Parts: sequence; structure tokens; C-alpha cells
Amino acid sequence: MGTMPEGMTAAARAVDVWKVYGTGEAQVVALRGVNVELERGRFTAIMGPSGSGKSTLMHCLAGLDAVTRGEVYIGETRLAGLGDARLTQLRREQVGFIFQQFNLLPTLSAEENIALPMAIAGRKPNREWLDAVIDTLGLRDRLRHRPSQLSGGQQQRVACARALVSRPDVVFADEPTGNLDSRSGAEVLAFLRNSAREYGQTIVLVTHDPNAASYADRVVFLADGHVVAELRDPTAETVLDTMKRLDAMVLG
Amino acid sequence: MLRATFSSMLQRKLRLTLSGLAVVLGVMFVAGAFVLTDTLGRSFDGLFTTVYSKTDVEVTAKSKIAASEASHDEVPTPLPASAVQTVDDVPGVAVAHGIAMADGARVIGADGKIVNSAGPPRFGTNWLGDQPLRDGHGPQADNQVAMNAALAETAGLKVGDSVGILTLQPKRMFTLVGIFGYDGGKDSLGGAQVVAFTEPVAQELMLGERSVYSSIDVRADDGVSADTLKGRIASKLGDGYVVKTGAEAAAERSAGPKEFLSFFNKILLGFAGVALFVGIFLIVNTFSIIVAQRTRELALLRAVGASRRQMVGSVLLEALVIGALASLVGLGAGIGVGALLAAVFSQVGGGDLALAGIGVPLSAVIGSLAVGILVTLIAAAIPALRAARIPPVAALTEAATPDRPLTRVTVAGGAVFAAGAMLLGIGLTGVGDATLWTILGGVLISFIGVALLTPVIARPVVGAVGRLFAWSVPGKLGRLNSGRNPRRTAITAAALMVGIALITGITTVLSSTTASLTKLVNEQVQADLIISGEQSGPRPPTFDPAVLDRAAALPGVDAVAGASFDQALVDGKRQSVAGVNDLAAVKRIASLRATAGTVDELSAGQVVLDKDLAAKAGVTLGQRITTQFSRGAPHTLTVTGIYEKSEMVNGWLVSAVDAADFGIPQPVQGYLKVADGASVADVRTQVTALLADSPEVTVGDRSEFVKQQTSQFDTVLAMIQILLALAILIAVLGIVNTLALSVLERTRELGLLRAIGLRRAQTMRMVTVEAVVISVFGALLGVTVGAGLGTAVVRALKSEGITQLALPWTQMGTYLVLAAFVGVLAAVLPAIRAARVNVLTAIAYE
Repeated sequence: MGTMPEGMTAAARAVDVWKVYGTGEAQVVALRGVNVELERGRFTAIMGPSGSGKSTLMHCLAGLDAVTRGEVYIGETRLAGLGDARLTQLRREQVGFIFQQFNLLPTLSAEENIALPMAIAGRKPNREWLDAVIDTLGLRDRLRHRPSQLSGGQQQRVACARALVSRPDVVFADEPTGNLDSRSGAEVLAFLRNSAREYGQTIVLVTHDPNAASYADRVVFLADGHVVAELRDPTAETVLDTMKRLDAMVLG
Repeated sequence: MLRATFSSMLQRKLRLTLSGLAVVLGVMFVAGAFVLTDTLGRSFDGLFTTVYSKTDVEVTAKSKIAASEASHDEVPTPLPASAVQTVDDVPGVAVAHGIAMADGARVIGADGKIVNSAGPPRFGTNWLGDQPLRDGHGPQADNQVAMNAALAETAGLKVGDSVGILTLQPKRMFTLVGIFGYDGGKDSLGGAQVVAFTEPVAQELMLGERSVYSSIDVRADDGVSADTLKGRIASKLGDGYVVKTGAEAAAERSAGPKEFLSFFNKILLGFAGVALFVGIFLIVNTFSIIVAQRTRELALLRAVGASRRQMVGSVLLEALVIGALASLVGLGAGIGVGALLAAVFSQVGGGDLALAGIGVPLSAVIGSLAVGILVTLIAAAIPALRAARIPPVAALTEAATPDRPLTRVTVAGGAVFAAGAMLLGIGLTGVGDATLWTILGGVLISFIGVALLTPVIARPVVGAVGRLFAWSVPGKLGRLNSGRNPRRTAITAAALMVGIALITGITTVLSSTTASLTKLVNEQVQADLIISGEQSGPRPPTFDPAVLDRAAALPGVDAVAGASFDQALVDGKRQSVAGVNDLAAVKRIASLRATAGTVDELSAGQVVLDKDLAAKAGVTLGQRITTQFSRGAPHTLTVTGIYEKSEMVNGWLVSAVDAADFGIPQPVQGYLKVADGASVADVRTQVTALLADSPEVTVGDRSEFVKQQTSQFDTVLAMIQILLALAILIAVLGIVNTLALSVLERTRELGLLRAIGLRRAQTMRMVTVEAVVISVFGALLGVTVGAGLGTAVVRALKSEGITQLALPWTQMGTYLVLAAFVGVLAAVLPAIRAARVNVLTAIAYE
């Protein structure tokens, strides 16, 4: 991976991470000694086919799942050995999430959903920042609506706003455009890219869609639990080429 | 189809167990009631068969004052000694014993207190010498008594002790000379306390006059059947006597305790009714949830060709299996409860009622199973019909929770509630017959109406209740969750409503009665001190009439009025009468006002009555009235005064001289007015000293009197609270059920919340708030409905003297707080489950 430039720390990193599910016959090794550093202020995509371990890696990096071996850091915090309470606190203060679906609480309005992590932590959101996020996402006239009154794209934009509003160290987006039509998907991805470029927000996108990955500054390819390749400043074509090459490797 | 039903049932074990439990509890009480009645009934039969084992024929006098609508007991009439001789002379009679026995011999124990029997009678009788003596000998002199071993032990007395006994006369001292038992080594027969006097003393103290008997006990010669002898004696004695064989008498006497038993039976069945009624809510909810969850599965079945009828059948079959299983378990538990209660009963008052074997009548088995299964099926019918309406296409669409409009259920609820209220109104105002059933039906239907109306009010009320918890994010989320499914919230809360409404209603009536009595006593009684006792058995506590005269003579006492009570035949009609020692004192203390004649004095042979009664009976001043009291010959009384009726004083009043023929001639209540300037406390001390020989009563001020008179309310309340506890237990099961489902349905949401930083403790708080909001909502409903119900009853009882409406605010507040605790309790398991939700499985979507 190489070392970071002077004065720059990784927003999150995995050091020789192994993840093994089950024992004996049913044993599945999802990650085999993964090393990855997520640079601060960058938009990183983690790509790979189904079963490559990309979701597992994200869960481990985000403190949702414990690693079998190795170390995970978010900022300077070492996740190993943290109890549930500390992990929960870490998630709500240093991590933001955007899932593929079931992102919002149906009982709360869009605005309440956006402010939810802050409210849970008992903190007040920074009004200016909140307004900026809301306006950038074009949600101003949707704030009082409930999720059931929003389109899928709008719902994901609300989820984006929620993930960003507390200015976490890292935002993890797990296939956020998987359920969206291409236009809505493009809007969400463009917003994520801009958040990294304009506000220095670290973003990690987990996807199997080359087009989505092309929005990132850097793509990390995972296959069979290993980091197998990496691309900087990708385009849809270079991502696709890399994937074909990897497929051929795997098949060969 | 069958296999599909069973395999899906197994997957919902917990929920079905919870709803089954409600049926188990209900059926348990039904079966318990049957078993108890059967077991104790046969035990009483056995007891009285033993009591009458040596009696072939029993003779009593025909009652002069027969049972009436007002009182179902006939007043026993003594028979003359000559009748014993007559019977003895009948051919075939081996021996005829005159028995002078009556209930009401109250023994003062070694601790100076009256020995209470808590149910069984306290007989005083003449000593016949036919019981096995354990110690000493039978009474030979008029100052000697013997008593049965159970009484001697309870009283803490032994042979040679001196013992005070209260009878028709005030306390008299005796020497205990003998202790006897019964055949088979028993200490008593069914817990009855028996004191045996010499014959003249028994006649005087228990029957009120010498040379009379309460019954004749006849043994037949060998070879003469009881029936034959009964015929001979009856024809010899002629009219005025009742002749029974021993077996007939035993059966008749056994009917008395059985009647008491049937009262207890009704309480148990009442418990069962409440348990099952509340259980219905739980079952409806459970099956609705199951149907909702299985929408896609059921729709798929429809799509592949299952008919609507098969859909209904599938759900009902499930209900049938649960109902049957729960009923069987309930039956088993009920047999246990019945046996346990029977054992407790048999030990009451130190008595040892020999228990016949525990009986499980066929009616108990059939009744329990039928009730349990029927209730479950009825409750499952609505969800079953809903299942049938699921269109096959629902299998193909995303299963959205259909938020059906509440209009229909609201209209239905309004109509049902109106019908229930109307029925209740009819019952309370006493139009038509079967009033009790009309009231019960009205209450039941009103409850159902309110339950149907609940979904509509759920959203606003739950929102308002939930505001209390809005200070924290978990609280707010919990509040919002509880408002998400108004039907489910409503039916869960309605289950809790029933129990709380019942107890609030009853508490309202009781507190209103107390308030009315307090007002009455304070406004209409000018007495500073009142002598009275707490009634614990069939006979009221009394005191020595001499106390009234001595109290009147005390310095500082202005006036003393005492009253005794009896049932009498007044010109052939059964009436309640009161005897007063000093009408002038009554006039002053109760502000009596004459409308005709005088109420300044009342001598022997005179009677006064209130204006309303005089008008009704067509009685005028100076009229002569023939009156037969419980004992003695008829009195001819002259009407010397007619007075204005009040709540405190009304009806026929006779002088203490005439009252000597009352069944209980001693005064029951005494009212004292202290002279201006005299110390009430001093007078009270002196009166307390005068009452030393009358341990059944005490002297107190007006508020103490009210407290004493309403002391039985505590027993009623305790009973109702058991009922409430039961209803709450079932309602808690309902809340647990609803919450467990909410947690299950919202797994993904919980995962999301945990992912974005909701702590475990906060997750638990969220679920707890949801539970508390639901339970407080239920309690609010209950308190409101109960207060309304209570108010209606109080209003209806206005003519009975309950003039004040006093809402029990403290208790109502307590029930709300209690409900909040109940919510917390119900939330424990679902909350733990919610906190344990694995974030990863919750957010996984592959």
C-alpha cells in the first residue's frame, strides 16, 4: 500500500485482517490477510464479485463485526477489544452509514431522520452544515415528509444527509445505488464524490457496479478474501478492464 | 393443508403459548369452581349424615315468621315441652329427646376476646350426655358448661376454668366442667363450636324461655322405619309442626352451607369470566398478528388453489388445537386449585370438615373443555375471516401493512357501546326483570364497544401520553412506535382496560357509599359517641342493655339512644322492626319530627312509624296493630306517633319492653350525646369501662363508626384486587406478545438504529417506553370507563341512600402508576431481545 504522505493519517485501516466464519467442515474464510488504508478526505471504492469479502471487509472496518485476526483502526482508535458500548459510541461519533435499503425510520420525518445520529448522541447538529447538506441534496422541500412519501432516490439522499451531518471520520456506503434507477443513482454518487472533494469527507463505497466505482478517487479490488488490485482515478472502462483481467486470472 | 397449518403453528410456539395461557387461567377457575363445589358439597352431605346418624325423625315447630322476599331465612319458632311427651308416647318411638339448641353462644376466650368461628355456627345446647367426654363431666349445675374440644382449644380453655358466655342474655359466667369430642375422634363437626348447658339454662339463654325446645330428636324402635314413624308422629302432632326423617333433615341442613358455597362458586366463575374475557382480546390480537404475518403465505395457498373455506378452516383448526390443549392444561390446574381450596375450606376456623375424596364431575370436564375451546374459536373467528379475504395477488406484491381505515370499526364500536350503555341503563334503573344479568350484559357489551372505539382514540391519546417520554430520543422513538399500529395498540391496551375499569368502578361505588354514609352520619346524627361492633357472622354484635341506662346516668351525658332489630309479622306481613330504649333520646339525637301524635315517649304496647310507611300500609294514629316478633306470643300495639322519615330513622319503632321478644333482644347500636361543656374523652373512657362485659362492641366517634360500618369494603376490595391481578397478568401477556412481535417486525430498523449508534440500553429504553405508553393508555381507558361505570351505578343507587359521588382519585392515580410498572415489567423480555439484535443480520439483504 505504501506509506501515507507526511502529516496525513488514514481515516481507517485494516492490518492483516482475517475473518473466518464457522468451524470445521463449515468453515468459510471471508478475508485472508487484508491490508488496506483508507486515506482521509478521499472517496475509495471497494469492488469485487459476490463472495469476494467486500461487505465483510466493510463490516469489519466499520466496527459492525469483529475480525478473527489482525487489527482495524478508525482514526487512531484500535477496534480490537472494544466492548459493545464503546463500539456503539465510536459508530455514532466517527462513522456514518448508507445502506442499500431500510435506511430510514418510517416513523420519523426526513429531517428527523437526518438528525437522528446527533439526537441519539444528545448533540445539536451544526446548523450551517446541516443547511448546506440539505440544500446540496435538494431536500429542502421534503424535510417534513415521511419516508413512505419519498421516492427511492429521495430516500437515499436523506440517508446520505444523515450519514454526513455529524461529520464522521468515515462514511461507509454499502451498495447505496443498488435499488435506484440510473439517474437517481448518478445523483447520489455525484453527491458522494463532491462531499469528498469539497468538504474533505472520507467516503468508502462498497459496490460491484463498475460504473458506480468510477466515481471514486481510488478503487480497491477484492477477490476471494484478498486485495488483488488497485486503481487510482478510475473510469468505468479502466474498472471494467481490471475486472475482466481479474476474472481471467480467477478462471485461469 | 393440514400439514401446512401444523408446521406454521410450531414456528410460533411462544406466541401461541402466551395466548393459550389466558385460556388456561380462565378454564382453571371454571374447573376449580366445579371441583370445589362437588368436593365440598359431598363433604357437607357426609357431615350432616354424621350429625343425624342417631336421629330417625326430627320434629320442629312450624315457623311463625316464614321466609320472605326480603330475607330467605325463616325465623325458627320453639316448640312446647308437652310436644316431647306427645311424641314419646307415639308407638314405635324408642326415645324422644327435647333439644334446646340455637346459634349464638359466643364464648369469651382466655385472651378476653370473643372466639370467632369465621363461618361455622356457634351453638349453645342442652347436654344430652350422648357425646364421648374427653375430660371432666357434663354440666350438672346451672353454672356449669361443657364444650367441644375444638372450641376449648381455640378459646384456650381447660376443665376448671371459668368462662364468660354471651347468649340472648348479656355475659354470664360459668365453670367449664367437661370437654367432649365426637365419634371417630373428631374435635368438632365441620368446625361448629358447641357449648352445652343444663337443660333449663340452655332453654333460657338460647331460646329465651323455659320449658321450650328448638326440636325433638327421635329414635325409632328396632324394626320401625323412619318413614313410618314420621307419618305416625306427624298425624299425632297435627298442624303447627314439621316432621322430617333424619335423612331429610340432613339433606336440608346441608343445603345451607352449599348455598354459601354457591356464592363462592360464583366468585370463582366471575374470575373465570374476567380471565376469559380479557383472554379473548389477547387471542384476537395473536391471531390477527399471525394472519398478518402469513399474508403472503396464505395468499400463495390461495393462488395455488385453496378455497376461502379452507383458509378459515386453517386458522380455526389452529385455534381449536390451542383451545383444546389450553383447556386440558387448565382443567388439570383447576382440579389442583379446587382440591387446594377445598382443603383450605375444611380447615377454616380450626374446624375439621372431613373431606370426601376430590371429585371431578363429568360436568367439570365437559364445561371446561367447552368453554375453553369455544372462547378460543370465537376469538379466532374474526382473524380467520380476514385471512379468507386475502386476495391471491397479495402473494406477488410486496407485503405492505395495509393501514385500513378505521371508519367501519369506529361506527361499529359506537353502535355496540350505545347498545351496551342502554342495556346498562335499563339494568340500573330496574326496568324489567333479571336486572343483574342486564347490568352484567350491559357492562360486557359496553367494554366491547369501547374496545372497538379504542383504535380511533389510540393515536391522539397515545401521542399525548407519549409526550411524557419525549425528552429522550429512545423515548420519542418508543412513543412513535406505539402509535404505529393503532389496532394492535388498542386491542392490547383494551385488555388492560377491562381489569382496571372493573376495579375503578367498584372502588367508585364503595367510596361513594362511604362518603354518603359519612355525610348522613354527620348531618343526621347528633351523637358524639357511638357504640357498635363489626359484624363478622350472620348475627350482629350486641351489648348489655344495662349499659344504656348506666351510660345515661354518667355525669356529662345528655342523652343515650340504643336500638335492637328484628323481623316481625305486622298485621300478617313480614316487616323489619326496631326496638328503642328511649324515644325522646332518639328524637334529640336524630332530630326526629312528629307529623302526628307524639314521638316524645314510647311505652310498652305502643308503636310509632314513619309517614311514608303509614301511608303505604294504611295505618293511622290510634290504630291497634297485631305484631308477632321472633319469639313469644303476639303483641297488640297502639300507634301513638307518626314521624318524618329520614335515612337514619325509619320504619316501625317499639319500646324496649316489647323488644324483649326479639330474636336478638339486646341492642346492636348505641348513640350518646355528651352535654355541653363536658369532655367527650372522659365520657368515652367511662363508657369503655361499662362495656367491659360486652367485648363484641366498642365506643367511638362518628368517623370511627363509619369506618367500622364500612370495614367489610376492605374484604370486597381485596377480592376485587385478586381479580385485577389476574386480569393484569393476562393483559401483561398481551403486551409482551405485542412487543415481541414489534421487535421481530422491526429487526431491520433496530439493526439500523444500532448501526448508527443507538446503545443497547437506549434500545431497551425505546421498547420499554413503547410498553409503558401502551399500558398507561390502557389504564387511562380503564380508569375513565370505570369511573363512568361507577358513576352510573352510584346515580342509580341514589334512592338507596348513596347520595354522594366520590371518585377515588388516589386509587385511580395508583392504578395509572401501577400500569406504568406493569409496562416496564412486560417490556423486559422483548427489550432484551431487541438489544440483542445482531446488526449484521438485521441489515443484510441478500
